[in-house]
Amino acid sequence: MGQEEYSVFRNDRINALLAVVAFSTAILVFTNWAKKGKPLFLRKIPGLDAVEEAVGRATEMGRPVLYIPGIEELDQIETIAGISILGRVAQITAQYETPLTVPVRYPLVLAAGQEVVQQAYIHVGKAEAYDKDMVRYVAGEQFAFAATVNGYMMRERPATNIYMGAFFAESLLLAETGNAAGSIQIAGTGRPEQLPFFVAACDYTLMGEELYAASAYLSHEPVMMGGLKGQDLMKILIVVLILAGVIMATYSVDIGAAFKSWFQAV
Amino acid sequence: MRTTAPVIVAFLVGITLVITFFLNEKTPLVGQLSNQLLDWLIIIGGFTLLLGVVSILRVSWQTVQRRKEGWFYKIATIVSVLVMAIPSLLPVSWSPLFGRFEGSIYDWLFVNLQAPMMATMFATLAFYIASAAYRAFRARTAEATLLLLTAVLVMFWRVPIGEAILNLMPGDMPYFINKFVMNGANLAVQRGIIIGAALGAAAMSLRIILGIERTYLGKG
Repeated sequence: MGQEEYSVFRNDRINALLAVVAFSTAILVFTNWAKKGKPLFLRKIPGLDAVEEAVGRATEMGRPVLYIPGIEELDQIETIAGISILGRVAQITAQYETPLTVPVRYPLVLAAGQEVVQQAYIHVGKAEAYDKDMVRYVAGEQFAFAATVNGYMMRERPATNIYMGAFFAESLLLAETGNAAGSIQIAGTGRPEQLPFFVAACDYTLMGEELYAASAYLSHEPVMMGGLKGQDLMKILIVVLILAGVIMATYSVDIGAAFKSWFQAV
Repeated sequence: MRTTAPVIVAFLVGITLVITFFLNEKTPLVGQLSNQLLDWLIIIGGFTLLLGVVSILRVSWQTVQRRKEGWFYKIATIVSVLVMAIPSLLPVSWSPLFGRFEGSIYDWLFVNLQAPMMATMFATLAFYIASAAYRAFRARTAEATLLLLTAVLVMFWRVPIGEAILNLMPGDMPYFINKFVMNGANLAVQRGIIIGAALGAAAMSLRIILGIERTYLGKG
């Protein structure tokens, strides 16, 4: 019996490879552009501009800031985005000496969160104010997590609640409870099915890509913002492709079977 | 070194996962590399589980010691963690009550306490939706009124009696709602958000792999 033949390279993923190459090139070009000091325009994201103001409110009221980096594991990019933003928020709470509480659902997120918050406190010269239990593991189950956090909100009444990351059915349980507790709330998630709940119950909501842009936006570092411009370029390319597809489908343009299947795959 | 090593690891693992995505799974040495790396994540996650247990017990115990508001709930937390964890970790050979199989203490507590409590939490979502919907659908502006009318139509269409009534009206209302509201405006907006989010996630991944973004390490 002979060995089954196979190709080392997956030909069915050539379109994805082309997209990866184009995307990477766009990001690297704009990053280099930014490194050279060329000006980059970024539109305002009110939800992110409100973070410092929201922490300031908590400071004035003498109440804590609650930050939830989603309820997913650390292998999810939304959680990493949430952890990245946590670093910026922790720097502000450290500067204002405002208590910060970060409940998490996974031990790996706990370890990463503790490291990020500690580094943020060291970065602003407030290492002595850092407490390991600011970031705490509360429950491994989704609704046990929601129940614990809701209980915390009603007892401690945090002035500011920030939700950044992956959320599921508990999104509304958390956001509505925060609303009832009178907290100012900022949320961000890449999951479109949870966005309406956050929009209804929170003061500011970051939608989809804004969550991933947040760390670059808050850092004000040109090199990181260059990546956002590369992303915008890809978005324009996708819009052009969609428009081309719509026109060709509407007018039944014959573009050949091979190109058509490739176009559909893209 | 504290920052450099994680960046190097992120670069090597990230590049490996990208390359293996384009290779056949049967390719010797590298074909199964991505699965093996994901297995490593589970192994590392297992080691950190103890950190989680220590964290929850320490924070709860401190609340009890300081008699903070709601401290008695923390006693319930500590007892629950210990009562669920200890019998499930003991070998089944000692007693059929140990371990996590059917008939064990862990199984009994899960089926009779934990699962109903989680179901209760999920069920309360209906009340939260009602209060959020009330706030979201107040017809204060023209846009909010349009949102209210659309929502009422969609909700009506989603229940059998509503669909039956809509069918009595002139024109094919259920078809209109399905085609133009749900699969038209609604789907178009959702797809726009999904494409943006996917590009954002890919861009962030690339920034992390290339070491441009280090904020997840608490740097920058």
